[in-house]
Amino acid sequence: MNFFILSIIKAAVVAFILLTALAYLQWLERKVLAHIQLRVGPRRVGPHGLLQPLADVVKLITKEDMIPSHVNKIFYLLAPFIAVMFALIPIAVIPFGGDLNIPAFTVGGVTIGPIHSTMELTDLNIGVLFILGISGLGVYGVALAGWASNNKYSLLGGLRSSAQMISYELPMALAIATPLLALNSLSFRTIVNAQSGYIWGFIPRWTIFQGPFPFMFIAFILFMIAAFAETNRVPFDLPEAENELVAGFHTEYGSMKFAAFFMAEYCNMVTVSCVATLLFLGGWHPLFPEAYGSNFIPPLIFVGAGLISFMHAASPSRPLDRFTLPVVGLVSFGLAAIFMAGIFLVPTVGAALMPLFWFCAKVIAVLFVYIWVRGTLPRFRYDQLMSFAWTFLFPVAIVNLFFVALWVALT
Amino acid sequence: MDALLFMIFAAIAVVCGVNLILQTHPISSALSLIGVMGALAALYLLLGGEFIAAAQLVVYAGAIMVLFVFVIMLLNAGTEHKTPMGKGTWAKYAGVPLLVAFLGLVAYLVQSIVPATDNVVFGEFRKGTALEIGRALFTTYLLPFELTSVLILIAILGAIVLARKEID
Repeated sequence: MNFFILSIIKAAVVAFILLTALAYLQWLERKVLAHIQLRVGPRRVGPHGLLQPLADVVKLITKEDMIPSHVNKIFYLLAPFIAVMFALIPIAVIPFGGDLNIPAFTVGGVTIGPIHSTMELTDLNIGVLFILGISGLGVYGVALAGWASNNKYSLLGGLRSSAQMISYELPMALAIATPLLALNSLSFRTIVNAQSGYIWGFIPRWTIFQGPFPFMFIAFILFMIAAFAETNRVPFDLPEAENELVAGFHTEYGSMKFAAFFMAEYCNMVTVSCVATLLFLGGWHPLFPEAYGSNFIPPLIFVGAGLISFMHAASPSRPLDRFTLPVVGLVSFGLAAIFMAGIFLVPTVGAALMPLFWFCAKVIAVLFVYIWVRGTLPRFRYDQLMSFAWTFLFPVAIVNLFFVALWVALT
Repeated sequence: MDALLFMIFAAIAVVCGVNLILQTHPISSALSLIGVMGALAALYLLLGGEFIAAAQLVVYAGAIMVLFVFVIMLLNAGTEHKTPMGKGTWAKYAGVPLLVAFLGLVAYLVQSIVPATDNVVFGEFRKGTALEIGRALFTTYLLPFELTSVLILIAILGAIVLARKEID
């Protein structure tokens, strides 16, 4: 029974954080893109547009939920569900940090016994395969949406996405197989544990720095390229190329159904970033050893954020900023205080928070690369996309895997 | 718990399988087939064959069926038309009794051939991990494995040769 309650609590926490993160990822994307293009981005709702995601959600929910008369109704309604469902499921097997040990405590006379758990929903020992399998099913949402809309632009978008996802799944699977081969496991937890420690005392033993050096790095680059295509992101966003296909597969969708596709896309981005972090970037292991003070990075970052907030509050650009920015600053200082307490006063909290911080920091860094690329690169042409996958990415991935296999066999 | 899950997924598989035949639209049939594949993957997982379950999802539900759906969408296949029964009207009346007889025969044979002690117990089979499967494939069953690979390669080459247009 304990197991069920714990699982439900963990699932609720993870789902809440994930959905909030998805909303704010949209905010981050708009902000970063705006600054790349020398604009300021959302600024009206809350300080620096921080409440913009909330306003967007309200807008999308209250919009008229219209179903065009010419669509195939069942599949038209089913498609967004499929897209969101298969985007959310993979999070269940992604570990966010090390072990979670909560000592026994008493609330209102009821003792809640010592809890030992792991920071993930479930530790599947075929976690990597599970993610490959489920994310492969996500294509049905897009393909069905395109087909059921009964619109030639949508159909073209759906067809493009199915062809694109089949093609890029191969190099992605081969790139994923490379670290699995070198680290000899299919479980995310084992893979991350195999990446702990440091080479010469300061270079982290992450997969991209490990093993036969250039090959792991090549595998990482291949994985990122294929992942961009799998998540339909620029420069491979052919299924929704707006200047060719209006909006591609979601042309006929509106209100929350439209939002569902966006949620699925951002959720897939988060999943792929998590996989990249776990397989190649050392999971929750810090950037440099604790002996050199890596534990003090999170409090420093939050203190810096708090100071900047207060500095801007001193000379507000809008009258309300005098009140909102100090709140942001206080929250940052609070987070810094929690981390400091974790280091010096309550080691159990620190042991749980530090891995979580490093994991989130790496995932956000990968997500930033996603947005950066979107702001930088133009879109591929469709034939270029296909020939790139089959004549360049796939052979390189095979040769790369071959060399790593040779290295594994020889050592 | 295991038995309950088994019943749920078995029911999903059967319902999807029946739906696959009853539906007249190819896309509905293809989606039902995906449902069958997914339910089968869950059943494999229940039996302890976790690698097979993942392979089922990756290969059948994720790759082959995507290709099916892709082709159906590309050809824009419409609803099938029912052909009139014609000569086979007796199948209408004899079909159901024959089906019952056939199922009864199968059930009887399974009962008599397989001893009751060979019943599957949930969670008892521990050789379904990727490690065990890999070891079996590359030691005990190496020859059949390699022969199958060559066979599939020949099939791919044959398909390309047949599908290629003569370019002058």
